[in-house]
Formats: sequence, structure tokens, C-alpha cells
Amino acid sequence: MARKTPEINGGSMADIAFLLLIFFLVATTMDIDTGLSRQMPPYNPDAVENDDQIKERNVYVVLINSNDQILVEGRQMNVRDIREAAKEFIVNPQDKVNLPEKRPVEIDFLGERMVSKGIISLQNDRGTSYGMYIKVQNELIAAYNEVREEVSMREFGQHYEDLLEDKKDAIKEYYPQIISEAEPKNIGGGN
Amino acid sequence: MAKFQRKGKGGMPAISTASLPDIVFMLLFFFMVSTVMRETTLKIDQHLPGATEVKKLERKSLVSYINIGKPKRTFQSMYGTEPRIQLNDAFAKVGDIRDYVTAEREKMDENERPLMTVSLKVDEETKMGIVVDVKQELRKASALKINYSTRKVEVIE
Repeated sequence: MARKTPEINGGSMADIAFLLLIFFLVATTMDIDTGLSRQMPPYNPDAVENDDQIKERNVYVVLINSNDQILVEGRQMNVRDIREAAKEFIVNPQDKVNLPEKRPVEIDFLGERMVSKGIISLQNDRGTSYGMYIKVQNELIAAYNEVREEVSMREFGQHYEDLLEDKKDAIKEYYPQIISEAEPKNIGGGN
Repeated sequence: MAKFQRKGKGGMPAISTASLPDIVFMLLFFFMVSTVMRETTLKIDQHLPGATEVKKLERKSLVSYINIGKPKRTFQSMYGTEPRIQLNDAFAKVGDIRDYVTAEREKMDENERPLMTVSLKVDEETKMGIVVDVKQELRKASALKINYSTRKVEVIE
């Protein structure tokens, strides 16, 4: 009878596995990148500013100066109040004459709706702090998201996040998110 | 006396540790799969601003990163304390961004190039001046999809 090879002791396998486990535990970064997405307009140095073509009532000007003070449509405003103010601009529920015009658009699922022509123009100074800039951006996006959520609940009885893609697109068409980031002007002194 | 002996005999059997390696291996595989190794070492201090309306950045292969912030203390003697741009592992100037974008675009599949996103990881304290310059350069390089990298927070303080 052939001699039996001695069995390899498996007791230390756990130790080896633990060692590897601890290595990966330490080396792991779980953070998924999150952020605010934006689409910039193409670069066109010859383009003259065509602000005149867009009526004043359709543009919602948000200025941030080098001291991080915010001016919304000529009024100084706190970050906290931007959301509500922007929502009123986006929806214009009473069709006020100083808020954006609307045009009829045929939208899937929703039929013909009056879609606002409003544009939010976010302007900053070179001395504005990035933190404040993001805060304001966040509030503006939040305003759009809240409006879309309200419409979603009203029209489909579902949260916007839970909607299917084509219904989401319909709502996006109803309330398009147009935030223009203007090229910087030295609006608030600073450097 | 008899009582004592009996108790000693009928004690709890030792729990078998034979399945311990299996459990540990399971954990190990989980962490191995979910691990994303850091590709670059940051040479700048970076505290990202918080935001509530964030979206996840999917498809890491389509994302290029531009870091902006104050150089870390060890580099301050060489690069000063003004916010600087870091591309990959090195400090860069605004003018280098176009080459960087071209290089990053070259690395991608041809049909995925239009989907390229540039993630701007900018320190909260930075002034917008440098960010604006970077954005202008990106527009010139026609990298128009950008993402302001933020932390997800529930409430903005």
C-alpha cells in the first residue's frame, strides 16, 4: 500500500483570507462620484451676445458678486429664498406679465401644454467663491426638481423618480431645465 | 459529586470553525469586487461642496477629472498657496487642459467620445475665476458635458 501523503492543515486558511480581507477593507473607497451635471454651449468667439433677442421677462437673472451676495432680478436675496422665487418664475401660475411667456407644445402623455420660454441666467464674478456658486446652482436645480415632482404627482400620481423614462421625458419637455451660465463679468468689484 | 461529573460530560460541544474560512472568503470577494483603487494621489487640499440635488456619475470610463484647490502643505513651498489645477498626478496650467482633454478623448472608444464627461472636483474655498478659465478652455476643447463634483448632503448648512 502506498504511503498516505499527510493532509495539508487547512486551519491557517482563515488567517490568510483574513489578511487579504483586511487589505481590501483598507484599500476600498466606496464613494461613488456624485455631482451636478451641466451642458455648456459650444465655444464661439464670434457670437455677439444675443440677449436682446430674448425678452426681458423671459430671463431670470441671478447674479453673485465677489462678496458672495446674491442679486435676483435686481433684488438682493438670501440663498434660502431662491428656490421659491425660482419656482414662481418657472411655473408662472397666474400668467403674470412680468414673468415668462408661454407657448403651446404638443407633448406625449400630456397633450397640448403651455410651456414656459423662461431662461435662468446665472452670472458670477471672478471673485465669487465656488461653494456659494454651487449652493445657488443647487437651489436652482432643486426648484426645477420640485416643480417636476409636483407635476408628476398631479398628472401621473407617482413620484418623478419612479416614473418610466418616456414619462420623465414628457415632464422634462413640459418644464425644460434651462440654466445658462454666462461668461463672467466683473460685476462686483473684487479682482 | 456524581452531579458534578455529569455536568462536565454533557457540556456544550465546541462550535465548529470549519466554515469560518468560507465566511471570510465571502467577505473578501465582496470587497475585492467593490474596490475601486485610487488612480491619482491628490496634491491639493480638496473639500468638495455639499449639494442635495446630486446625480450619480455612472460609467467611470467616460469620466475625466480635473482637480482644483490649494496645494497641500508639503507642496506649498514650491507652488504657493493659490489654488492650482491638478491633472492626473501633476500640477498644470490652464493652457494644458486642452491637451489633457484630447489625450483623454483618444483613450476612449470612438463611439463613446461624444458621451465624455469632465468632472470638476473643486475645493469649496476656491474663487470662481480659475473655474471660469477652466470652463472656457473646456468649451474650446469641445468637452461640453461637465459635472460639478459635490458631496451628497441631506440639508445644506
